[in-house]
Amino acid sequence: MSDPRKPRPGRLVQGGLRTALPFLLPSMAGMLVFSLLPLLISACISLTDWNGLDQLLAPGMFAEHFVGLGNFQAIVSGKEFWQVLGNTCRYIVLYIPCMLAASLAVACLLSQTRRGVTAFRVIYYIPVLTSWVAASLIWKSVLSPQYGALNNLLALVGIQGPGWLLDEAWAMPAIVLVSVWKDMGFFGLILLSGMIGIDKGYCEAASLDGAGPWARFWRITLPLMTPAIFYVLIVSLINAFQLFPQIMIMTDGGPNGATQVMVERIYKYGFRYYRMGYAAAFSWILFVIIMVCTWVQMKGQERWVNYDS
Amino acid sequence: MKKQKKLFALTAGLLTTALAFSACGSPQSASGGSSAAPVSGGSEAAAEPVTITYCNFNSSGGNEETLQKMYEAFHEEYPNITVEIETIGFDDYFTQMQTRVAGGTAPDCYELNIENFSAYANKGVLAEITGVDLSRIDETALNAFNVGGKQYGLPGNFSNVVLIYNKDLFDQAGLDYPTADWTQDDVQAAAEAIRALGDDIFGIYQPVTYNEFYKVAAQYGGSLLNEDGSAFTINSAANVKAAQMMVDRVLVSNVQPTEVQMGGMGDWDLFMSGRLGMIPTGIWAFGSFAEGCDFAWDIAVEPGADQKATAFFSNACVINADSPNKEAAATWITWLCSSDAAAQLRIEAGWDLPAINDEAALAPYLEQTPPDNRQAVFDSLDYLVLPPTIEDYALMSDIIGQKLAAAAAGSMTVQQALDEAQGECEAQITLQ
Repeated sequence: MSDPRKPRPGRLVQGGLRTALPFLLPSMAGMLVFSLLPLLISACISLTDWNGLDQLLAPGMFAEHFVGLGNFQAIVSGKEFWQVLGNTCRYIVLYIPCMLAASLAVACLLSQTRRGVTAFRVIYYIPVLTSWVAASLIWKSVLSPQYGALNNLLALVGIQGPGWLLDEAWAMPAIVLVSVWKDMGFFGLILLSGMIGIDKGYCEAASLDGAGPWARFWRITLPLMTPAIFYVLIVSLINAFQLFPQIMIMTDGGPNGATQVMVERIYKYGFRYYRMGYAAAFSWILFVIIMVCTWVQMKGQERWVNYDS
Repeated sequence: MKKQKKLFALTAGLLTTALAFSACGSPQSASGGSSAAPVSGGSEAAAEPVTITYCNFNSSGGNEETLQKMYEAFHEEYPNITVEIETIGFDDYFTQMQTRVAGGTAPDCYELNIENFSAYANKGVLAEITGVDLSRIDETALNAFNVGGKQYGLPGNFSNVVLIYNKDLFDQAGLDYPTADWTQDDVQAAAEAIRALGDDIFGIYQPVTYNEFYKVAAQYGGSLLNEDGSAFTINSAANVKAAQMMVDRVLVSNVQPTEVQMGGMGDWDLFMSGRLGMIPTGIWAFGSFAEGCDFAWDIAVEPGADQKATAFFSNACVINADSPNKEAAATWITWLCSSDAAAQLRIEAGWDLPAINDEAALAPYLEQTPPDNRQAVFDSLDYLVLPPTIEDYALMSDIIGQKLAAAAAGSMTVQQALDEAQGECEAQITLQ
């Protein structure tokens, strides 16, 4: 049956858009002004040697300070960038597996249907709600080599704790430890929702077939949770590249540059050393790195993420 | 299933945006804007009334009212000038000021610490201060804010560093109290005697940091730059000797606690706990020590080595190069920095010292005790050493500080540390 008055899909979309536009406009305007525009401006700044103090909009300013790709060249050819990238990668390599394992453990514990589990869900979420500044300050004293709680606990079981934040080799693992503590509640909760969403039937069927709890977890729960795990990996990797407040408060990049990371450098160059152009170029490099990593993850997901639940 | 995939992508996208937003949290300002003071019977109200703005950080956290009183006294003298005072906490001050200067909305006049002053003055965003009488201001302090023969800032206050010592520990060790003639060798001997008093008692705490280093280097005849400021001399023999002396106190004689031995405790707390013999520190510690020490303490001029050198800190009052009211701004900051009325209010409040050369005006400061030997504060002024005012001051001090800390932790030798600092400064900083 052919109906000449059948609405064309184009018109429907148009009509929908017209209705949606007023609702979308406020957030789109915000996005434009506070996200896209600064992005554009920072791209322009990255091509200059602007110091962050001169008036940017003064006539002739851009032409006078234009240095082309000089900043990018200087960054990539300098020793510091590779060291900082190395430090950041070191953090990521330590952080992601530890965080994932801790979050999975949290999710497993909290998925039990027992009395008081809601209280534990809240307790595990408290670090997430704590401000980084407060958490970092407290951890700084916990990690104090001689008087800190952690080393005193270790001493009880006969282990001589390291110098943590004062030790070049242990400073980054200490930062990882604090970050995992802070983030496992958040990611644990996301994994938990992925876990709860799995159809109980699969597990029941498996137990009838004689699968034990370990087999059920590895063969059924984990594969069906992969969408949630994938999401956690994407977000945590972006997060990890943007590592900043805990570093600023606990080590300020020390000892001897062992915890200098990308965003810490960007902040110092922009707001402490008055080299805004250099800082902008640095942040664009970071942006590209994050984008490439996320793209690789997106491409790679087809191999292991399972959307069959 | 496709739907779910999309949902994930969408949530991921949204969250990424949220992360981006949260990464740029805006600094909160603790601004205590002042209201205009009552206009008193204007005696010389001939000039056009003008309103200027003044930003500062130094009065935040306790002295906002003192500053307000100063302004009221000023306004009585100059009824045609109204000053709108904005006080911002130190933590946010410099990011705020940078944004405002770059955005063309900087106040007419404002305060800068010595570190940031160099950067601002060398980048041409400050106006030269001319046409005002600066004869009452301390010359050394004034020179700290003179760049290339041009006066870009006035010292609003000053502080210096003296050697503060625990009299009880000196008595226990049977030592004579430090005098103005002491050298670093005398300090070392005394520190060792005090260290021997107990396992957790230390002789001295002079942190191996940039600020202490450039001063001790000067005591050994060293400096960070050559004479005309055209090249770094960070790894000179004199500097290495100075740094070696500082590091040896930590690692060799251990009269000074390592960072691990400090265990996150503050240096002032260590002194106030009665477990530290000597601490070279700022005169702004007097108030805390008077309250927190249950033992006798006094001060002496900092010890020297081949020569004396004492540290000096000051904040500059500067004028925005784009201000349309430079004259009124100059009048206000000159008054703030050099008038008797402002000096008196500053001393009465125990805020800090006005950088003026009129000893009579400073007399009330000397009468306060402890410490008994307050005169040492002024005697120290004869040996002031100033940090170099280079454009990339913060970068230089960070590089040197980081390497010194590594040497003090024992992860590299002093020579290595200063060689690396020299190399990095040369690579990253172009001196004019």
